[in-house]
Amino acid sequence: MVEILLIVFLVFAIIGSLIAVETKNLLSAVISAGVVGFGTSVMFLYMGAPDIAITQVVVEVLALIVLIRGTIAIDNISIGGPRDTLPLFVALVFFGAFVILGIFALSDMTQFGKPMMRVSEYYLNNALAETGASNVVMSIVLDYRGYDTLGEATVLFTSILSAFVILRRHGKKAVSEKDLEHVGILENE
Amino acid sequence: MSKEKKKNEGMTLITKTITNSLVSVIAMFGAYIALYGHLTPGGGFAGGVIIACSFILLTLTHSKNISLKIFPDLAASLLDNIGALGFAVIGLLGFTAGAFFYNFIAKDEPFGLLSSGTILFSNIAIMLKVMAGVFAVFVGLSIWSRIVSDTDKEE
Repeated sequence: MVEILLIVFLVFAIIGSLIAVETKNLLSAVISAGVVGFGTSVMFLYMGAPDIAITQVVVEVLALIVLIRGTIAIDNISIGGPRDTLPLFVALVFFGAFVILGIFALSDMTQFGKPMMRVSEYYLNNALAETGASNVVMSIVLDYRGYDTLGEATVLFTSILSAFVILRRHGKKAVSEKDLEHVGILENE
Repeated sequence: MSKEKKKNEGMTLITKTITNSLVSVIAMFGAYIALYGHLTPGGGFAGGVIIACSFILLTLTHSKNISLKIFPDLAASLLDNIGALGFAVIGLLGFTAGAFFYNFIAKDEPFGLLSSGTILFSNIAIMLKVMAGVFAVFVGLSIWSRIVSDTDKEE
């Protein structure tokens, strides 16, 4: 039963991403790309992973808000024109290589619904007694594997720091026409 | 004229009224998700993003001035650093009991708020960090690059 639901949501996600690729309007492309995120979160919920489902929904909503806010401001919100042959050819070659390698990699995985329980079994049996947290996911993320989470927090911190530095208001030089000529923006106008 | 424009800043009256009554509930739900992360599904990251979403909602429905008055970008930058530093300090304090990230606080009985030692405090630190960081990135992307003010001008 769960597998049928998963396939249904997967089909929805694929349809949404295809529409996002093919549609001409940037805003509707962003919204239909959101189908992938929400479908994934419902799939996680059905597979019994509410932690990941909550994070997925929340990040998806945030990403949609930011992307919509970003696309609305752009004047030219439609993309058109024929595609070049060489990029399409390269994309198709890489897609084929990805599919072939994926078949090899996925054939070595364990069967769906029967995960390998070497380390997880220890966590499930001892997490409550050793850490006192009834949510085993948190006991792994912040206790057994706290070092990994520190690395994750460092990545987030660094990216936010660089966003602050690039987008800052204070201490920036005013853009002169000379700079724009150098970049080549004025040539297009 | 300028006063009239200020009054009409942001979205319509309906969205403003609903946002006014909902925004505190959203922020409280985020705090709940983060603080009870070791007992129920959720955690510091999801809770922090939910709280940041409440501030983003304020920015979108009202104006940038209101949310920046409640949560200035300088405070966001400071809280971001405090959260990241706090999480690292919690890890370093584990050395008092022998190992990096050791759960050194004595545990209460299970299913209580203080039942899991350092996990609660790590969640709070991550919540502060993610909340401030995500809001700061939103401010940087939308206000500093003048996206919000440009669309407001069009409307």
